[in-house]
Amino acid sequence: MATETELPGISEADLQTEELILNLGPQHPSTHGVLRLVLKLSGEKVVECVPVMGYLHRGLEKIFEWRTYHQGPRYADQADYVSNMLNEHAYAGAVEAIAEIEVPRRAEYLRVIVDELSRCASHLIWLGTFGLDVGATTPFLWCLRDREDILDMFEEICGSRMNFNYYRPGGLLYDFPPGMLGKISRFLDRWEKRIDDDYRELLEGNEIFLERLVGVGVIPREVALQYGITGPMARASGVDWDLRRDRPYSIYPELTTLKPVVLTEGDAFSRYLVRVGEMKLAIQIIRECIDKLPGGAIRARLGHVWKCPRGEAYYTVEGAKGEVGFYMISTGGSNPNPFRAKMRGPSFVNLQIVPWLMKGRLIADLVAILGSIDFVLGEVDR
Amino acid sequence: MAVDQKPPLSPIHFEVADALRQRPITTQTGLGTPDALGVTPGLIANEDNVVFATVKSLVDWARSRSPWPLGYGLACCAIEMFSAASSTHDLARFGAEVFRASPRQADVMIVAGTVTHKMAPRLRRLYEQMPEPKWVIAMGNCASSGGEFWDSYSTLQGVDTVVPVDVYVPGCPPRPEALTEGILRLREKIAKGG
Repeated sequence: MATETELPGISEADLQTEELILNLGPQHPSTHGVLRLVLKLSGEKVVECVPVMGYLHRGLEKIFEWRTYHQGPRYADQADYVSNMLNEHAYAGAVEAIAEIEVPRRAEYLRVIVDELSRCASHLIWLGTFGLDVGATTPFLWCLRDREDILDMFEEICGSRMNFNYYRPGGLLYDFPPGMLGKISRFLDRWEKRIDDDYRELLEGNEIFLERLVGVGVIPREVALQYGITGPMARASGVDWDLRRDRPYSIYPELTTLKPVVLTEGDAFSRYLVRVGEMKLAIQIIRECIDKLPGGAIRARLGHVWKCPRGEAYYTVEGAKGEVGFYMISTGGSNPNPFRAKMRGPSFVNLQIVPWLMKGRLIADLVAILGSIDFVLGEVDR
Repeated sequence: MAVDQKPPLSPIHFEVADALRQRPITTQTGLGTPDALGVTPGLIANEDNVVFATVKSLVDWARSRSPWPLGYGLACCAIEMFSAASSTHDLARFGAEVFRASPRQADVMIVAGTVTHKMAPRLRRLYEQMPEPKWVIAMGNCASSGGEFWDSYSTLQGVDTVVPVDVYVPGCPPRPEALTEGILRLREKIAKGG
């Protein structure tokens, strides 16, 4: 910035420089993937910011039309690739809503457990990379260490660390292996202490971390509603909206521990607090599900040759980033594929606030604000 | 040779001393045991531990020990690439943990993820910006051959249509161990002068 002290013989007008166009990305360590931002800078102030997307557009929605309902969850995995289970849930839920399949209760409980574990994995990788963005290296190593434990459990459950392909219309592919519930409980006991003692102590005890986040990138409640922001970002801005409670699905209405974390400040720091609070909330939810877990089948009996009837449905799931929705049309008959599967990616909707949010801010805040939004480019471009 | 006669003093025992052949045998990538390597070419050692070598073999040996990757994550595989570099699977053991943000400081480009038609010219430009010598690892099925997006209208069917690839790491996404294996294979290739 221009110096604030008066220099002899130089007026403020002489210090004005011409505007600079700066290209950020698509290969840049702080854009979390292949986002490209074209910035118009005046000194260090951002005058205009235009996101350019589509570098990871893989044509997922077209591919859904060419795959059967049982192959579909595998491609839903690819959208938000750090919280795969939640996408699969939205896909399977849409098919079940069309065909009016009743999912066995044990499958619903197991679904909620893997959903919340997946949400924890997503928030952990967000916390780690967010720490890297604002200059803290240790949280990244610690978060990925704990994420490995979750991935190991997923590998035992469904055979893969990522891209699980675990959901099926009408239930799940496998039951949990023996001893899995105890393993999850022990992990939660171990990990719950680390959230407060390790992550929060390390980050919030650091003056630089607070300095870079408190009061930076404020989204007021009205603006958040106008832009259609959902998920932890909206809850940090005072929008008390959680699909698990307000548009209930699966067995969430029966849970007593579900109390969404809502803050009103709307800055980057409160978004951090909401996500950390969601990790603790997920621990409570998983514990309650383990306590209440019923026995029985894990998959509805659909018969050997199952055809989805004619119909359409929109099914939403509270994802790690916001509202994950699938709008699906089935033409019925002998057609094994959906006619159309539209996916609502929360990252895509949340990202559209970036031009508004960056206008007039310093370029040094850009990385912190982008990190606090928590988008995944696979879901933005699909 | 008589029974009580000691065998002649051997020069430096490369079978033991060469860390290349000390690496664990893994079948993670389905390749089986590593190739049996001869003594590192161009190196001769006498009994006083004095090593005679050609400059080329020494340079190749040094290069193979610290391939610095370009921090270039595209999709899901990037997350596993981070995992490989983080605390559990410590990629620093093999000298390849320094992810450079600029292609001008990188030796290896790990193409981690799906390459789309829109991304391909940028990938080619990043490759051209890297200084010689440079290597490319295609990580994951998408980068190797198109993978599960084989019938997509917007993805590249294998990154080898754009840049020359040295090592292919299969998997969707490959485990961190598989990426480590790929980097070790690349080290072998660099040490051979490739």
